[in-house]
Amino acid sequence: MDLFLRALPLFAMALPITLFLGTSSFIFGSVLGMLVALMRLSGVTLLRWGAFAYVSIFRGTPLLVQILLVYFGLPRLGIVLNPLASAILALTLFSASYLSENFRSGILAVEKGQWEAAATLGMSRIKTFTRIIMPQALRIATPTVGSRLIALMKDTSLASTVTVVELTRVAEQVGAASFRYLDMFLMAGVIYWTINQLLTVLQMIIEDRLSRHM
Amino acid sequence: MTSTDQDLVCVSNLTKRFGDLEVLKGIDFSVRAGEVVVIVGPSGSGKTTLLRSLNFLEMPTSGSVSVCGVEAVFEGGKCISPHAARLFRDIRSKTAMVFQSFNLFPHMTALQNVIEGLVSVKNVKRPEAADEGKRLLTLMGLMDKIDVYPSRLSGGQKQRVAIARSLAMKPEVMLFDEPTSALDPELRGEVLAVMRDIAKSGTTMIVVTHEMQFARDIADQVVFMDNGVIVETNPPERFFGASENMRVRAFLNGIA
Ligand SMILES: Nc1ncnc2c1ncn2[C@@H]1O[C@H](COP(=O)(O)OP(=O)(O)OP(=O)(O)O)[C@@H](O)[C@H]1O
Ligand SMILES: [Mg+2]
Repeated sequence: MDLFLRALPLFAMALPITLFLGTSSFIFGSVLGMLVALMRLSGVTLLRWGAFAYVSIFRGTPLLVQILLVYFGLPRLGIVLNPLASAILALTLFSASYLSENFRSGILAVEKGQWEAAATLGMSRIKTFTRIIMPQALRIATPTVGSRLIALMKDTSLASTVTVVELTRVAEQVGAASFRYLDMFLMAGVIYWTINQLLTVLQMIIEDRLSRHM
Repeated sequence: MTSTDQDLVCVSNLTKRFGDLEVLKGIDFSVRAGEVVVIVGPSGSGKTTLLRSLNFLEMPTSGSVSVCGVEAVFEGGKCISPHAARLFRDIRSKTAMVFQSFNLFPHMTALQNVIEGLVSVKNVKRPEAADEGKRLLTLMGLMDKIDVYPSRLSGGQKQRVAIARSLAMKPEVMLFDEPTSALDPELRGEVLAVMRDIAKSGTTMIVVTHEMQFARDIADQVVFMDNGVIVETNPPERFFGASENMRVRAFLNGIA
């Protein structure tokens, strides 16, 4: 109990870091992922290939390897990032590869007739995409994108390997100091689980709202 | 076929192939302003493909399409007229299409569907567009459905919203591809009724349909297509009464 109370403030400080890692890389990853999805669907062969290669690389290698490569590799190219920035960059690149596929299948699942109806109204491709296709594609993609966010929240624990003081790192440190690893990792586990339960509820609410008229 | 001043739509020597399959085999056809042309013919004869070629939802393989004097010429499956993209937009802005499957935007209310083109293509201010949208929906008998989403509308109501969406763009010519085929028989009447009203108002219309009574009543010309060619073009009295063409007779007997 005593240890628990002593560890609590440390966990409390680490929680915002974990949330920040997860949400910021989700937001950047979504933007990048949408871009990659559009490249993959574009008529330009070079862009299509670029997107294909991107997904193949970042989805085909372990996140841990990517984090370590960013953290230890970029300084060799003269780019020095602090641990937090390295972790966010790696998580963004990684999640974008999955999110791009979620977006792409959402876009492809929108009926062809929607493009055609917009075209016959004289809408430009950009207008058609932003006003007609995107809203429907996002609704279709919500479940898979939500799962990706939840997975990403858990993946942030790997940032501990590059010394980012997030939840897992705190559990490790306090565990090492007190020899009570089991208790500390249990605590960390409970916190991750709680975050993700909240996200699950949020996802359900969003899905419900989006599908009200469908 | 030569285009005259009165021809609003003029198609000449139009062909379309999907791979090895030649679906349109040299179509010549024209529609004058204010005319209602009904296209009939057996399934697979190319009616939908012809209609979709008029606004480039299908790219013709060769031949030419002109609408209101704007002409797009095709060769080898591509448009060889200069500024093709602008030509397409130009012709699309002069035509509107009503689809068999409605294709309403499911994330928008009836009113939002109707004014979408006004707002995002013609840059009409939202309040003005809304007034026009309400007027059109009222005309379609849907004043109580203005804020309803498509998922809550019957098929007949959906199609009337889609027709209002097309009318909002004030097209020179309205294209209809079997607008009642996806509807239960008891819902067809309400859609055909608004189409009759539109025809009476002098709007130029090209309608693909299997509704022979409707064709008889409102067509100025009936075009009969079979196997990728136009077999006969005649006023409805001639077409339904005294066509001497064997294929037409067989088709009409098959339907009756
Ligand atoms: N996208 C496509 N790819 C390949 N073949 C096609 C395509 N669209 C149409 N076809 C073929 O072209 C022919 C004409 O089709 P079309 O839809 O124009 O006929 P239709 O006269 O409208 O028939 P229906 O009365 O059944 O609607 C058919 O043989 C059809 O299978
Ligand atoms: Mg058809």
